Amino acid sequence: MKSAVIVFPGSNCDRDIAVALAQVTGRAPAMVWHRDRELPVGTDFIALPGGFSYGDYLRSGAMAARAPIMHAVTEAAIRGVPVIGICNGFQVLTEAGLLPGALMRNAGLAFVCRPVALTVDNSQSLFTAAYQTGETIRFPVAHHDGNYQADEGTLDRLEGEGRVAFRYAEPVNGSARSIAGILNDAGNVLGLMPHPERAIEPAHGGCDGRRLFEGLLEAVA
Amino acid sequence: MKARVFITLKPGVLDPQGKAIHHALEGLGFDGVHDVRAGKLIELDLADGTSDADIESMCRKLLANTVIENFRIERMETT
Repeated sequence: MKSAVIVFPGSNCDRDIAVALAQVTGRAPAMVWHRDRELPVGTDFIALPGGFSYGDYLRSGAMAARAPIMHAVTEAAIRGVPVIGICNGFQVLTEAGLLPGALMRNAGLAFVCRPVALTVDNSQSLFTAAYQTGETIRFPVAHHDGNYQADEGTLDRLEGEGRVAFRYAEPVNGSARSIAGILNDAGNVLGLMPHPERAIEPAHGGCDGRRLFEGLLEAVA
Repeated sequence: MKARVFITLKPGVLDPQGKAIHHALEGLGFDGVHDVRAGKLIELDLADGTSDADIESMCRKLLANTVIENFRIERMETT
């Protein structure tokens, strides 16, 4: 798998995802700067990492979504290349219009930073094939703006089309219908607030995130 | 010329920040505050002749997220 990690000013989980990808796929990802206009030829997986791109100015992810590299990311996503956006990456995907809805300030207003229980809502996607539907897993969360909101029609459509990948199994941030991660309509773009790349080896306190990348590797390779 | 863009959350969109401000006002003893909604004010210093359509396009493309926010433009002709 030839993966690329997009690095924005203020990204801070780019190295975490790079380590996770290198460990699972056996190949270090290309680190692509936000000002670049092209992805490396043959890129077959793109990750938008967590962090605080552009200091969360205007809205979380708003400036990054308009960065020069995002044209190439959007084109690749439309071509069917798998794209994952984790935490700030999820915010960027919604701001870029690649995923519906928006991520607002946590309902409790506090920054939430702890491992949380998640339910796998759909194990039939590129990203969740290594899990069982209904399985409870644990990923860490670390965010201030993770409160997923969309209009009722959009929420109904996401649920009806099996596009809710993960839900929180405990109260975390006030997200509509406890949504933690969603897929685009083609199923090749996943955005989620919890951090699978921080749960890939026993020292992290659990390896539940590793299976996401293992499943993806199997699907892409 | 200058323009001001007022960005507010759409009605019905949860505003935790407004709620916290509301509680703080109550804590300070201000009774009779029914609701608080927080928004943003963006001031633009623009080339003369910038059209309404251009400013609206700026709002739609970047300044506001129309999934959750409304915007209102107020032009201020330079004196």
